[in-house]
Amino acid sequence: MTRQIRLLGLGLMVCFLVLFAQLNRLTVLQATQLNDNPVNTRAILRDFSRPRGSVTTADGVVIARSVPSGDRYELQREYPEAALFAQVTGYFSFALGSSGVEKAYNDELTGRAFDLSLDNVKDLFVDKEHAGDLTLSVRADLQRIATEQLGEREGSVVALDPRTGEILALVSYPSYDPNLLADHDTATATSVARMLDASPDKPRLGRSYQDRFFPGSTFKVVTATAGVSSGAVTTDSPVYPVTNAYTAPGTTRPLRNFGGASCGGALFEILRASCNTAFAQMGVDTGPDSMIATAEAFGFNQEVPIDLTKPATSNFPTGFERNLPALAQSSIGQNDVSATPLQMAMVAGAVANTDGVVMTPHVLRDVRDTDGNVLDTYRAEAWRTAMEPATAALMRDALRGVVQSGTATRLAVEGFDVGGKTGTAQLGTDPARSHAWIIGFAGPPGQEPSIAIAVIVEGQPGASEQTGGRVAAPIAQAVLAAYLTGTPPGPQ
Amino acid sequence: MLRAVRRNTELGLIVLGTLVTVGAYLLASLARDASIPANIGPFLGIVLGLQLVAHLAIRRLAPDADGTLLPIAGLLNGIGYVFIVRLDEAKANPKNLAGLQSVWALVGVSAFILTLLVVRRARDLERYRWTLGLAGIGLLLLPLVPGVGKTINGAKIWVGIGPVSFQPGEFAKILLALFFASYLVEKRELLAVSSRRLGPIPLPDPKHLGPVVLAWAASLVVMISQKDLGSSLLFFALFVAMLWVATERATYLVVGALLFGGGALLAHSHFTHVQDRVAIWVDPWQDPKGDGFQVVESQFAFSAGGITGTGINLGSPTRIPYAETDFIFAAIGEELGLVGATGILIAYLLVIGAGLRIALRTDVPFERLLATGLTVLMGVQSFIIIAGVIRVLPLTGVTLPFVSYGGSSLIANYVLLALLLRISDDTAQRQEIR
Repeated sequence: MTRQIRLLGLGLMVCFLVLFAQLNRLTVLQATQLNDNPVNTRAILRDFSRPRGSVTTADGVVIARSVPSGDRYELQREYPEAALFAQVTGYFSFALGSSGVEKAYNDELTGRAFDLSLDNVKDLFVDKEHAGDLTLSVRADLQRIATEQLGEREGSVVALDPRTGEILALVSYPSYDPNLLADHDTATATSVARMLDASPDKPRLGRSYQDRFFPGSTFKVVTATAGVSSGAVTTDSPVYPVTNAYTAPGTTRPLRNFGGASCGGALFEILRASCNTAFAQMGVDTGPDSMIATAEAFGFNQEVPIDLTKPATSNFPTGFERNLPALAQSSIGQNDVSATPLQMAMVAGAVANTDGVVMTPHVLRDVRDTDGNVLDTYRAEAWRTAMEPATAALMRDALRGVVQSGTATRLAVEGFDVGGKTGTAQLGTDPARSHAWIIGFAGPPGQEPSIAIAVIVEGQPGASEQTGGRVAAPIAQAVLAAYLTGTPPGPQ
Repeated sequence: MLRAVRRNTELGLIVLGTLVTVGAYLLASLARDASIPANIGPFLGIVLGLQLVAHLAIRRLAPDADGTLLPIAGLLNGIGYVFIVRLDEAKANPKNLAGLQSVWALVGVSAFILTLLVVRRARDLERYRWTLGLAGIGLLLLPLVPGVGKTINGAKIWVGIGPVSFQPGEFAKILLALFFASYLVEKRELLAVSSRRLGPIPLPDPKHLGPVVLAWAASLVVMISQKDLGSSLLFFALFVAMLWVATERATYLVVGALLFGGGALLAHSHFTHVQDRVAIWVDPWQDPKGDGFQVVESQFAFSAGGITGTGINLGSPTRIPYAETDFIFAAIGEELGLVGATGILIAYLLVIGAGLRIALRTDVPFERLLATGLTVLMGVQSFIIIAGVIRVLPLTGVTLPFVSYGGSSLIANYVLLALLLRISDDTAQRQEIR
């Protein structure tokens, strides 16, 4: 029996060695991987009772902060502006994890992002908070105006500075109150989340950058850029025939203008009238390769490097070689083209940018310590080059024409140079409904535009090209006017 | 001489273990509200007091027994207690598990002393083999009796009499170890002789195998009718190990492995709860928020703990369902880290080492087999649950001896400990007389 007992002991020891090996795997070898697993909400918990920095808009309005909670977590995250900035700040919730700025800049907010290792030893003895405070580029005044103007209509407003990529306003209706999701009571938070998710209009979804829509005629800006960039289209030629129908090669089904109207002419003229037949032909003449390349140069089919969570990727179809009718439709923003409002603001921004560049969109301006010293500043950088500077200059002139005497006259701000393009993306419903779009840019006369904007109001009655100009343009106009004529936020 | 050394060592280790337990309790409180708990004095008194009482009982009733087992058990019990308190207090509505667990510890130590009192010589138990064996089987099947059996959390392993619920299986395992030990000692020579062959496998006379097959059948019944995979595996391991040690025939290991393999395959193909457990083990990430939640969260707990742990009361082990019973090892892993979890592993290895040493020292075959069986119970049970928690094996819910919350388990393990010490004491006294 002795030998068997010894072997038994050996066997049990081997069993425990296996356990020890697996313990090492979990606690050391795979630890990083497990800690970063998206299912793992422990990181939130770890950060939950730690001091957490505040989030402030460019004009000094606090939109997220931690206040004493009196319960075991000690601190409660609070969003003083409630639903107004929900799509920007996101939420920091015990039960649901985090999103938006709260997630993207978690390390900055908790102070973990900075080189504090030497300080930390000292801080074992002195009680100093290391949380970083964020200042965003988003402005509360513009956010408020955009929200009021949009009212209770499903839609989005995205305004950005085309020179830097700083987001100035990011509105999505309906929104939600992040305070409810940040409730420490897990049951409350989850039931609110469940209620929000059950709602058909999806309030938790940031429509402005997490959802995609048919861009309709606003996409003609991309098509025009492709035409001009290819060298085939100039201000004078070609002059597209005045017609009410265009039949692409490879089909007998003609593509028509809205209401059977006839239009045509040179570039500026067809932009002013938003002429479907002319742009369909321009897209087909420019060819699939150039159209795809230009769309992707604007950011379509690319993951957007915005500093917010889960941005949607805008889509421009590829593989048109045998399907020119689809290319014709795509050239006027139909078919499988879909874009986030943010993407369309970036289209306007690329035209507005003197270098024809799409700047990396971002909401962060800088990070400061609790004493207000700047620890880190967001450095603007180019994301993609959409077009040559000369093409951008030509396109700016063309879009200014649309505001002066085209479908986008309601975008005009007196005393400033404004360019824009309307869009009405028919949804094919009966009675007719469409997404009303406007994209545009504006700035002081003779200077580089300082703001680009995209507005979409979803599912509006009507289908005529006037819908975008009538419904969406006034919203954008109010934001542009406030930005251009209002007092800029003072230096912080 | 040996007597004095062993007892004084025991006392010293008890003091050390108590310091660890009280230190952990203090740290838990400091981490919670930065204050020294008001009841630290009484707490220290009770932890030390209970073990001192057990220690004094050993001095009186088994003065030559091994000196390491009680302090290790006390340490595991103490660490477990601190974690149970910590986990319970973190809940939205604490169930006062702390108070209950200290009552269980008190009852456990009483049962420990009572066992030493009643069982004056381990060999005496040999005489009651059939009574003990039948009682063991009876206890095992008790939860299936309508009226007294209760199903809690899907396992039909509970018996409720009035307000008190307990798991008879925890006691049955000791009785069965006693029965196997006495039965095998008598029959081991017969079982070791192979009178016939089944292909290449030599088999003993079937009539001697009867009770053995009965035991195997009982473990199957437990698995099928009570849905208690862990206990079933434990019984089976106990029975194969004892059979092998008794007969010194490796054939029984092979046959045991084959029977187990067959049983496992059968169970997997016939029972959905077995399939679920295996599927979760193979890939808990398929449904990390649903079926795989416990195992996934347990892995997160260990990775959050890292090498040195978050510190007691600074982690979030309450996210794991049943953290105070089945998953208490994950809580320890998170808050004490690799270091603390390894400490627990070493504690069990020391118990196994001490148990097998007791088995090797005695020259009475019954005692030798019994000590082996009791040690196997302790070692395999801790292995099964830890392996389940850290995904070495599919999860099967058994308690972590001395650490998990639960009265039946704690009391049974203290009884088990007392039997081991009794054997150790008998051996030492016999050898001294010689």
